[in-house]
Amino acid sequence: MSEVAIRINTPEELESLRDKVISARDPDATVVSVCTGPGCLAYKSHLVAENIEAELEKHGLADKVRVSRTGCHGFCERGPSVVILPRQTCYLRVKPEDAEEIVKTTLVEGGVVERLLYEGSDGVKIELEQEIPFYKHQDKVVFGVNKYIDPMQMDDYLAGGGYRALAKALTKMTPKEVTEEVTKSGLRGRGGAGFPTGRKWDATSRVEADQRYVIVNADEGDPGAYMDRGILEGNPHSVIEGLMIAGYAVGSTEGYIYVRQEYPLAIDHVLYAIDVLRGMGLLGENILGSGFDFDIKVHKGAGAFVSGESSALMSAIEGRVGEPRPKYIRTSVSGLRGKPSSLNNVETMANVPLIIDRGADWYAAMGTEGSKGTKIFSLVGKVLNTGLVEVPMGTTLKQIVFDIGGGMRGGKKFKGVQTGGPSGGVIPEAQLDLPVDFDQLASAGSMMGSGGMIIMDEDTCMVDVARYFLDFLADESCGKCVPCREGIRQLVVVLKRITAGEGREGDIALVEDIAEMMKDSALCGLGQSAPNPVLSTLKYFRDEYIAHIEEERCPAGVCKPLIAYWIDPDKCIGCQKCAKECPVDAISGEKKEPHTIDMEKCTKCDTCFRVCPTKVQAVTKITRAEAEKLGAPRQVEEAGA
Amino acid sequence: MSDTVTFTIDGKEVSADKGTSLLMAARSLGIDIPTLCHHDELADFGACRLCIVEIDKGGWKKIVTSCLYPVEDGLSVETESEKVIRHRRTILELLRARWSEMPRELIEKYQVPEDRMETESTFCVMCGLCVRHCSERKGANVLGFVGRGTERQVVAHEEPALKYCRDCAAENGMECLAVCPTGVVVNDFALSPPHMTPKGTKARPVRARDNENQEEVNKLIGD
Amino acid sequence: MLETMGKVEEIIALNDNDKERLIQILLELQKEFRWLSREVLERVGKKLDVPINHIYSLVTFYSHFSLVPKGRHVMSVCVGTACHVRGAERLLDSVASAVKCKPGCTTSDEKFSLDTVNCLGACALGPVMVADGEYMSNPTPDEISRKVESCE
Ligand SMILES: Cc1cc2nc3c(=O)[nH]c(=O)nc-3n(C[C@H](O)[C@H](O)[C@H](O)COP(=O)(O)O)c2cc1C
Ligand code: SF4
Ligand code: FES
Ligand code: FES
Ligand code: FES
Repeated sequence: MSEVAIRINTPEELESLRDKVISARDPDATVVSVCTGPGCLAYKSHLVAENIEAELEKHGLADKVRVSRTGCHGFCERGPSVVILPRQTCYLRVKPEDAEEIVKTTLVEGGVVERLLYEGSDGVKIELEQEIPFYKHQDKVVFGVNKYIDPMQMDDYLAGGGYRALAKALTKMTPKEVTEEVTKSGLRGRGGAGFPTGRKWDATSRVEADQRYVIVNADEGDPGAYMDRGILEGNPHSVIEGLMIAGYAVGSTEGYIYVRQEYPLAIDHVLYAIDVLRGMGLLGENILGSGFDFDIKVHKGAGAFVSGESSALMSAIEGRVGEPRPKYIRTSVSGLRGKPSSLNNVETMANVPLIIDRGADWYAAMGTEGSKGTKIFSLVGKVLNTGLVEVPMGTTLKQIVFDIGGGMRGGKKFKGVQTGGPSGGVIPEAQLDLPVDFDQLASAGSMMGSGGMIIMDEDTCMVDVARYFLDFLADESCGKCVPCREGIRQLVVVLKRITAGEGREGDIALVEDIAEMMKDSALCGLGQSAPNPVLSTLKYFRDEYIAHIEEERCPAGVCKPLIAYWIDPDKCIGCQKCAKECPVDAISGEKKEPHTIDMEKCTKCDTCFRVCPTKVQAVTKITRAEAEKLGAPRQVEEAGA
Repeated sequence: MSDTVTFTIDGKEVSADKGTSLLMAARSLGIDIPTLCHHDELADFGACRLCIVEIDKGGWKKIVTSCLYPVEDGLSVETESEKVIRHRRTILELLRARWSEMPRELIEKYQVPEDRMETESTFCVMCGLCVRHCSERKGANVLGFVGRGTERQVVAHEEPALKYCRDCAAENGMECLAVCPTGVVVNDFALSPPHMTPKGTKARPVRARDNENQEEVNKLIGD
Repeated sequence: MLETMGKVEEIIALNDNDKERLIQILLELQKEFRWLSREVLERVGKKLDVPINHIYSLVTFYSHFSLVPKGRHVMSVCVGTACHVRGAERLLDSVASAVKCKPGCTTSDEKFSLDTVNCLGACALGPVMVADGEYMSNPTPDEISRKVESCE
């Protein structure tokens, strides 16, 4: 560990420290960057790193080759990801036992371990990370440095120019100039609403007060989104530097980072970084001799989606229930402890040092008219390549899903992409050419949200998706105001009824009445946007609702009360696979003879459907009407229960 | 800067002190806006949203809750615009599903539809008046919310209940009963043995006064 | 009991007896005891001068707190959107049958708790679960039973 323990008192000292760090490093030296992000860790990448170190030791390379444990590289689907720097050889799906071969073949002999390379659907192998289609079409301005940074090594961040922007802001710019630069860059908040960051800072700084607060929102409550975790865990200093610059711009001496407790590694990394900074004097009094005092506290969230809303989050920091405040006063005027407070998302903050360092013009050259820069998306669901991807604003959905994501899994058909989390909506295939930015997503009836993109295929029922989100919100709403609490309750009742095939005439109108009222009258953003998943699916997939209500049919074959499983006797080869796997023994038949399902016993667990060999496909989902014709009992599911 | 602002409500010009709510300003003109969770002497809550009005701020229209929205110069406020009526009707419809004895005049005035929603009458409309009254004005902190989302409830906590409720009842006859708009809050905890709810709180949900506990309640409140 | 209260006092003191740190204190207590008993909560309330109704509003608001003892081994299955579309329900069923307990419940011997969570932040690997601290991506029923058997 070469953690710097010296105090840095001036920008010059910072630069000379940086020079020292850089010159102590041979730029051609080999570094093995092992991703220890959340995805790769699940595949035991920490053992990969350990084993590589052990092998290096064996080959006497321990002091020549460094193993760096970094945050998420992006391509989590194929993790653990190991990149050999500087040559950029990228190994995927690396197992701990592959360490020996990697060290011997690549690090000792300079060759390539073919079997660990990326292999496209055409069978062609690709060695270099930047040529893999998943990465090739990205523009990793914020997220790209992750693979060079061990979050527990301040040196790594410094070597990449860390805290240069802070020094520039503190010593060469006035707070007002900093805010203006951010305004000019066109940076908009990455946490949901896309509010211009510079304008928020400006408003906060204008309010007379003896203290102002700057806060990072790392609550990341949207299920399916994890880019904030990727940044905070992998590159905590970038967020801290952004927060410090924000503090300087708005005139605050105290910053907060609100992190959900579900991200313990992110919390550890941030706390460690703060400790190091305090030791160096980069947090505390008179930072870099500029007269600017600043310190940071970390607050853990205890699990509530609604606590990510700004006024709720501030209440939570005060130790109170994290529910939104009903007052018509902005948090930039009266926020934490009644003081002017500026809250920004993790990714927003991580953009700030880049803007100050490289200038607003550089930044504003990326993206679209109304949305500048890049955006990190969490590309997940039924797409082939899942992971974190960063693209310039304005990239089309098609590029993201097909060029980067590699299209759909299992040769299925694309049906829609859900963006914006529970407040967002589903965008259908017809809109795949939509350039993704704040305004375009909003006009398509969804929203950017924090950047989750959940890809759905033909096997997804859109009524069920709407029901899923409302169910989520029924639990996650704070429950204070009537439109949200009671509105969601009734929407869930109606949607459950529809997915159970008990939909009634007038249900769609009822949904629309409630939804419209909630949009206008609910107390906070959660309630106001809660109907979005229903409204957007109604907008693009109305016929699916009608099929459920009028024909008691679930076109995607998802809603259990509306489907039944049946074995096509003409196709069944009697392999007995399904009979063995069925958990309730509902399948009978002799070997090599067609099997049958006892529909009364069947719990519709889908097991037989999945185990039936792809070449045979004898197990079929049939509609309720068809099942009844075959004599199946009508399953009455308690709607709304 | 002057301390009064001038604006219009339903076309009538009014002046009011800064910081006044639209609701107060409207009331001073004799304009009636329905409210449920508002109480002049308790902290603002903004939960029932019955008091919504439509404001026009230089051409920018928005629905706001009048009990919280502060008066502003040049504002034009409509207390019964088409949208306000429509949304208020839906809010009442939602409330009625939880409160089967909602006053007829409200139902009639807003033509609240019947039978569209699933009803599950608990009578508590979660207005929080009793909770605020008990904490803010009595300092007793017996009543409180637990849970969130659709599972949110008002409960009474045993320890402070044993300490405060009898006296409060003896002096003024259980004041929390008096503030409850549905008139059916029952804090029968003080009489019954401690009880664990599934979540493990030694507190019990307030519940509707019904035939079974009527007598107990009467005893408790000294009827 | 005495020991418990000693720990409570210690944690509160480490947090400077600061009312604002109430949630942080409760998180630490939850970690320490695996649940928040009524006695513990009352002590916290007295110590920090926060009324009991506020404390209960808070602990029942956040999903991480538990008012009943949690199992020694917690199985958290993600039911977030990304996992949902990739079969979280099926995973939940297999875990439930492996630990013999329903989602949201704890086995009577307090060995296992089965929780559902809304996102574990490893969405690319869905369906995901965290079994006793270890992330598992789309585990097979066999892998789940092995994990369950390895728990003491
Ligand atoms: C219900 C709800 C949940 C939210 N959750 C988050 C969150 O988890 N992370 C986040 O950054 N913003 C969240 N927001 C948005 C914040 O309120 C706020 O707008 C944002 O953090 C501001 O930062 P930005 O301007 O950098 O986007 C949420 C908003 C609502 C209404
Ligand atoms: S019990 Fe009555 S006063 Fe208390 S919250 Fe419920 S409706 Fe309001
Ligand atoms: S966690 Fe390793 S690539 Fe994302
Ligand atoms: S009276 Fe205004 S929100 Fe209830
Ligand atoms: S949705 Fe399951 S980990 Fe994020």
